[in-house]
Amino acid sequence: MTETFRTIRVTVNGSQRELAVESTLEALLEALGMSGQRVAVEVNEQVIPRSDYPRTTLHDGDDVEIIRAIGGG
Amino acid sequence: MADNDKLIVAGREYHSRLLVGTGKYRDMAETGRAIRASGAEIVTVAIRRTNIGQDPDEDNLLDVIPPDEFTILPNTAGCYTADDAVRVCRLARELLDGHNLVKLEVLGDEKTLYPDVPATLEAAEKLVADGFEVMVYTSDDPIAARRLEQIGCVAVMPLASPIGSGLGIQNRYNLMTIIENAAVPIIVDAGVGTASDAAVAMELGCDGVLMNTAIAAAKDPVGMAQAMRKGIEAGREAFLAGRMPMRRFASASSPLEGTFWQGGS
Repeated sequence: MTETFRTIRVTVNGSQRELAVESTLEALLEALGMSGQRVAVEVNEQVIPRSDYPRTTLHDGDDVEIIRAIGGG
Repeated sequence: MADNDKLIVAGREYHSRLLVGTGKYRDMAETGRAIRASGAEIVTVAIRRTNIGQDPDEDNLLDVIPPDEFTILPNTAGCYTADDAVRVCRLARELLDGHNLVKLEVLGDEKTLYPDVPATLEAAEKLVADGFEVMVYTSDDPIAARRLEQIGCVAVMPLASPIGSGLGIQNRYNLMTIIENAAVPIIVDAGVGTASDAAVAMELGCDGVLMNTAIAAAKDPVGMAQAMRKGIEAGREAFLAGRMPMRRFASASSPLEGTFWQGGS
């Protein structure tokens, strides 16, 4: 078995998810149908600028939060 | 109202002194209609997790209130620590492409939703140091208001009564003291229930009023949004015009001279 078939476990908005090794944030957002949506993302409590999604590689145990604006006062 | 009477927050001019929230509406369409009817230019939003797996075609709030048309004011509602509030603000800034105006609130208690003032001061210091323009929800304590202004907040926003209570202006003398001391806009944030409450806040000399539930929880939110717009304008005009002094006893409006009858007390 080669490395490319291994997976990592990340937490996305509180839920566990398995991703291929070397997955980028961009790939994750695409898989979630969120590419190009008005969202912002944190990995391990660090805000990731939108322009960095393609070069942000996720690692085993990473904690990802994807947020949006909703109604509030 | 005079065209040159503008609300200035962080160097930007606004014609409307009514700021509105976007929570508690039935749906996005009603949100959009009520906000447009209110005439508000500054509109608050909350920052929350996306629902993974939701319909990607579902309306996004920022499509209903586009950032190129409104000044979006992300809030830190629901935060009970300074660090959580700072974290939310940093995400909001990224979400809104570097827009750094935020509404800071650090709450102390679920029952009252009163601000935790020490934690609010701590968060305000961190946010100002990080380049944010902070409009800050606080208690009606004049000393806290002054400290927040000294830290560099661009607007101080004391409550008039608890968030969502609709109890109206319960602290007019505290508000007056805060207004008299301040060089930044003082905006009543929380407690307004109906249009006369908004007018009272403006008559006291507040620079604006921020409200959500009073409009969203009205039977007819669009109608109430229009009423609030008028209440704010009427109160502002009355403040600028300068009200008459109050007196305990009557003062006849018709002349006392020239009466030709004999009766009297």
